[in-house]
Amino acid sequence: MIAGKELQGVIVATILLLIAGALPYYGSDYLLSLGITIAMFTVLATSWALFSGPTHYISLATAAFFGLGTYTAGLGIETLPFWVLIGLAGVLGAGLAALVGLATLRLSGVYFVIFTLGLAELVRQVITWGQNMTGQKGLYVLTDFTEANLYQMLVALGAAVFLVGWLINRSRLGFALRIIGDDETVAAHSGINTALAKVLLFMVSGAVAAMTGAILAPRYVYIEPALAFTPLLSFQVVIMALLGGVHRLWGPIVGVIPFTIILETISANFPNQVTLFIGIVFLVIVYFIPRGFAGLIEQMRDWSRSREGLT
Amino acid sequence: MDIVIIGLLLGGTYALIAMGLNLQYGVARIMNLANGEMLVAGGFTAFWFYTAGNISPLLTIFIVAPVAFAANWLIYRIMLEPLVRRAKSRGQLEVDSILATFGMSFIAVGLMLAFFGGDYFNYSFLAVPVTIMGDTYAQNRVVAFLAAVVICAILYAWITYSRTGLSLRAIAVSPESARLAGINVRQRAAIAFALGGAITAVGGALISSFLTLDASAGVAFTLKALIIVIMGGVGDVRGTIIAALLLGVVETLVASLIDPGLTLAAAYTLFILVLLFRPQGLFGRKPT
Repeated sequence: MIAGKELQGVIVATILLLIAGALPYYGSDYLLSLGITIAMFTVLATSWALFSGPTHYISLATAAFFGLGTYTAGLGIETLPFWVLIGLAGVLGAGLAALVGLATLRLSGVYFVIFTLGLAELVRQVITWGQNMTGQKGLYVLTDFTEANLYQMLVALGAAVFLVGWLINRSRLGFALRIIGDDETVAAHSGINTALAKVLLFMVSGAVAAMTGAILAPRYVYIEPALAFTPLLSFQVVIMALLGGVHRLWGPIVGVIPFTIILETISANFPNQVTLFIGIVFLVIVYFIPRGFAGLIEQMRDWSRSREGLT
Repeated sequence: MDIVIIGLLLGGTYALIAMGLNLQYGVARIMNLANGEMLVAGGFTAFWFYTAGNISPLLTIFIVAPVAFAANWLIYRIMLEPLVRRAKSRGQLEVDSILATFGMSFIAVGLMLAFFGGDYFNYSFLAVPVTIMGDTYAQNRVVAFLAAVVICAILYAWITYSRTGLSLRAIAVSPESARLAGINVRQRAAIAFALGGAITAVGGALISSFLTLDASAGVAFTLKALIIVIMGGVGDVRGTIIAALLLGVVETLVASLIDPGLTLAAAYTLFILVLLFRPQGLFGRKPT
């Protein structure tokens, strides 16, 4: 049953979603373009946090899944309807995640990080090689979709991610993952199939990232491996999710919005300082705000409550 | 046959880099993902000394090593020790150190881009042919390999026979018990981390004599070093050397027989095989 407080949360979330979804009707072109970037990173960071939040396994595979989705859309755009391609990208993303998960998630977290760190580059090398073999260069993705269409698809996907995340948190799987994150040995001893739980959630996260890639393919118009598999994307997603806070479903979005706006400003004015900026934010998160903005917000709320209690 | 020898020559320098990372991860327990940037920094220094003062990279390493040692010691003391202290478990330290060293790696790339620009850099050092067993090789590769072998040998002997080396091995096995045996774990961990960084930087100076590097080339080397360390087994010097030679040979085989663009794919194939069949490393024992 949905309790009163949760109902309140659901209503607020629905209203915010409607306001966000209606952006094309009142926002300027610039806002819409910024909105697409924010929506894309919200979907990616939230789905990343679904897996990495409770388990503390840092995945750097987002770019690999994203590129896989982009390529699925690019290769199939002439033969299949776009909706089918998005679904297909999701299936392929889940499949790749299952393979990676089965190979690495039985082992300790470090193996997983290292493996995902090079995954995007690996897929990129294989696709580039395949293209060299067949003599093909890039792919054209020509559709009738406007920016507003793509934006609304992303918002819809984002809504689905929030719904799935909310359902997972309430389910046995979500509970199992939180135990795994606290202490994997305890989890295994209480009869949780830890590897299966981790692989399942990683598949959700991989599928969402691939679907995001597929949705954004028409925006790129021309796709090539170096563009679809930018390793930086994975890091951006990690940093935004951690900056917002991964222990709450709404955490990543609190990180995505300010980070995207600041990063856009920096890359427009000082394009060479982008890596430096990302590095500094990483250190700020580790040393000063390990629980992200969501943690800070909660801390302030507790603090103001305890003050109210005193007076 | 000549492919195998080129591969072994490359593997020798890989071994050096991976030994550096292995000291940092195996003893100091820091998964240092900024390792590749230390390598590139070493390479930059060698390049700079060679082009500005015509000083041979073989001499530069005597400057690179102490500077990198000091820099890494400071990094460990100032940036990483707070993380070690605050970590409640090894898992948490791993997550924190991974994120912190990612941050450092991005900052290092950013700084190198700002100071040196994004260009590729290489210089022509000992680019003369040398004949071994009927085939010719570039002399710079052979010299870099020999230098790597000498450094590896000294390091191996030091870790195996010296008292400090013994304490490092004790920490690698169990930091808690090492402390009970009267080893100053914090101080030794800082030394291991600094030494690891110094070795990596020296490896970078040697590599720069025959490979082209740029400011953002580090991550590829980090990845290779990580794969080697895991293949060889964490804390296992002998395993690291053999894994590095293996990776060098496989990479060169794939690059020359299939496609030079697939070197990472080759490294990954090895990595997957190890993960599936020997996750404890080539010579590692199964954890009890």
